[in-house]
Amino acid sequence: MAQAHLIAISNVSFAYDRRPILTGINMVIPRGKVVAIMGVSGSGKTTLLRLIGGVVTPVSGEVRVAGQVVQGLDKHGVYELRRRMGMLFQFGALFTDLSVFDNVAFQMREHTDLPERMIRDLVMMKLHAVGLRGAHRLMPSELSGGMARRVALARAIALDPMLIMYDEPFTGLDPISLGVISNLIRRLNDALGATSIVVTHDVQEALELVDYVYYLSDGRIVAEGTPEEMRASTDPLVRQFVYGEADGPVPFQYPSRPFAEDLKILH
Amino acid sequence: MERSALDLWVGLFVCAGLGALLILAMKVGNMTSIGLGNHTYILYANFDNIGGLKARAPVKSAGVVVGRVASIGFDNARYNARVELSIDDRYKFPKDTTASILTSGLLGEQYVGLDAGGDSVNLGPGEAIKLTQSAVVLEKLISQFLYSKAAEGDTAKK
Amino acid sequence: MFGRSAIVNIRSIGHHTVDAVRRFGYASRFLALTIAGSGASFRRLRLLIRELYFTGVLSLIIVLVSGLFVGMVLGLQGYHTLQTYGSESALGVLVALSLVRELGPVVSGLLFASRAGSAMTAEIGLMKATEQLAAMEMMAVDPISRVVAPRFWAGVISMPLLAALFSAMGIFGGYLVGVVLIGVDEGSFWSQMNAAVDFRNDILNGVVKSFVFGVAVTWISLFEGYDAPPTAEGVSGATTRTVVTSSLAILGLDFLLTSFMFRGF
Repeated sequence: MAQAHLIAISNVSFAYDRRPILTGINMVIPRGKVVAIMGVSGSGKTTLLRLIGGVVTPVSGEVRVAGQVVQGLDKHGVYELRRRMGMLFQFGALFTDLSVFDNVAFQMREHTDLPERMIRDLVMMKLHAVGLRGAHRLMPSELSGGMARRVALARAIALDPMLIMYDEPFTGLDPISLGVISNLIRRLNDALGATSIVVTHDVQEALELVDYVYYLSDGRIVAEGTPEEMRASTDPLVRQFVYGEADGPVPFQYPSRPFAEDLKILH
Repeated sequence: MERSALDLWVGLFVCAGLGALLILAMKVGNMTSIGLGNHTYILYANFDNIGGLKARAPVKSAGVVVGRVASIGFDNARYNARVELSIDDRYKFPKDTTASILTSGLLGEQYVGLDAGGDSVNLGPGEAIKLTQSAVVLEKLISQFLYSKAAEGDTAKK
Repeated sequence: MFGRSAIVNIRSIGHHTVDAVRRFGYASRFLALTIAGSGASFRRLRLLIRELYFTGVLSLIIVLVSGLFVGMVLGLQGYHTLQTYGSESALGVLVALSLVRELGPVVSGLLFASRAGSAMTAEIGLMKATEQLAAMEMMAVDPISRVVAPRFWAGVISMPLLAALFSAMGIFGGYLVGVVLIGVDEGSFWSQMNAAVDFRNDILNGVVKSFVFGVAVTWISLFEGYDAPPTAEGVSGATTRTVVTSSLAILGLDFLLTSFMFRGF
């Protein structure tokens, strides 16, 4: 049972300086699936990824990855676990002082004693998978946003991870790059036999791509289901998000005094 | 940047830096001269007044630096200053050597001058120089001068 | 009214004090982690060599040129002052002692803080702002031992070398102006210098000073970068703070060290 799910999050709460970010999260992520965590900005999605990576510790509850409680591990254990995870950051987070080739080779050089010839072959394979084998000499500053994201993806899969996490992979991309990335997420997940978590607020793209959706609002899971269930949902909160309505349960107006008062209209 | 070029630059930098240190040590500092290591021996000298003499001041004989003042202390038995001189062991001095405290130039620092005597036996390590001459203290010199002038004046009147 | 504003002022003093102590605590922990994580910098010399290039080699030009000019000014000013007392021959002593004891370590430290220190802060701050440090951490590579420690040791090694180069260059500048231009006797310039400058008391103490400044400046620069808020304003503010704090630290430490080292004089 535990082995069917790569990640099991039970009753997790998290707070920064007493400001609650997540409350009572329960979530399972089955092996081999692509799961989306959606929600508006500031709903605690990225924090969830940081909890899974063991970067932050929850106030209560536990996060299990591949059967291990992340918070029970020492620094060495967490690092062992992270070697089997890949993460794509919002804007790629490529090392600006290293070339594309060296970026992808970074983890191989840090964690393995592979000979340089073999590293070269592996890096070329990873770059080929994202279609950028020809760009291996370029520096990150010479890449477009979409290309940088693809290089970062090649870097994330450098050590064939069991889990790939994507933090807002679609932000700021043109439609073509967006299609390419979304395609790659699915193809790499299936080809590597990995499990993927996509944190995003890009609803339409995500619903096309993923197997299952968790919808987060104000640090709680308010809805979950397959993409079809989400589209068919009658929950006003989900409807507003999926169809991008300006006003709804998430109000258009920032909480304020009555308008008349601000305009100094006196009765 | 190419690795080899990087190595070259860093290598040049480190060599230049160490070279500068070496130049400072040899050319500017007195690492080559006296005051280092074990090649010295100690002599003592008691002075009634050392004036402004300080530790590390040079010890000169015939204008050549032959050692340094190692330390200065107060002799509780004789109520005067006991100066420890560390002398380069290439140089030997006879028993009846005179040590005096002199000033280099009008405003220069004070140093210990050694004037060799005629004795055939040399001073051994740890021995004391018997004949010493204290520092000239400006105030004393001036008052001496004034007294003698006054005395001169008195005789002239008579 | 007066009582209220006094309380507000005292409270703000307290607030700043608590804040400063907390920051110092963080910074000390950061330094301890850096030293504990230094193994990789020496096992993989390539990391260290790269940083030596950026902190040391790239600071060379400014240090050498400033050293030359400072020495030349010392030669000129020193000559005019000493001439009044008829002791121009002590020019070498004046130039050498001021450079080796004080100006070498202090001025090259200040230059190092504004050239290499600010660059380190900006670089680390940007790596943090663009999530490069977070990415490294997610790749199971400790950013402190991979990014911070090599820079720290590069700074600590470069600083005494730069200070020595500065002093040597300055003495050469003093020689140029004093001997070649004005015509002070060359023999007495060098010999008086040689007699008055002591290796252990003057030169080694200067090296110790520059080493201490190297530790202080790189520590401050790296901590400010690592601690910078991950925004453009955050990084630029941290860079400014690096230069200000490092400069004050150098001058303050210089006073402390001088009073310990040259007590007997």
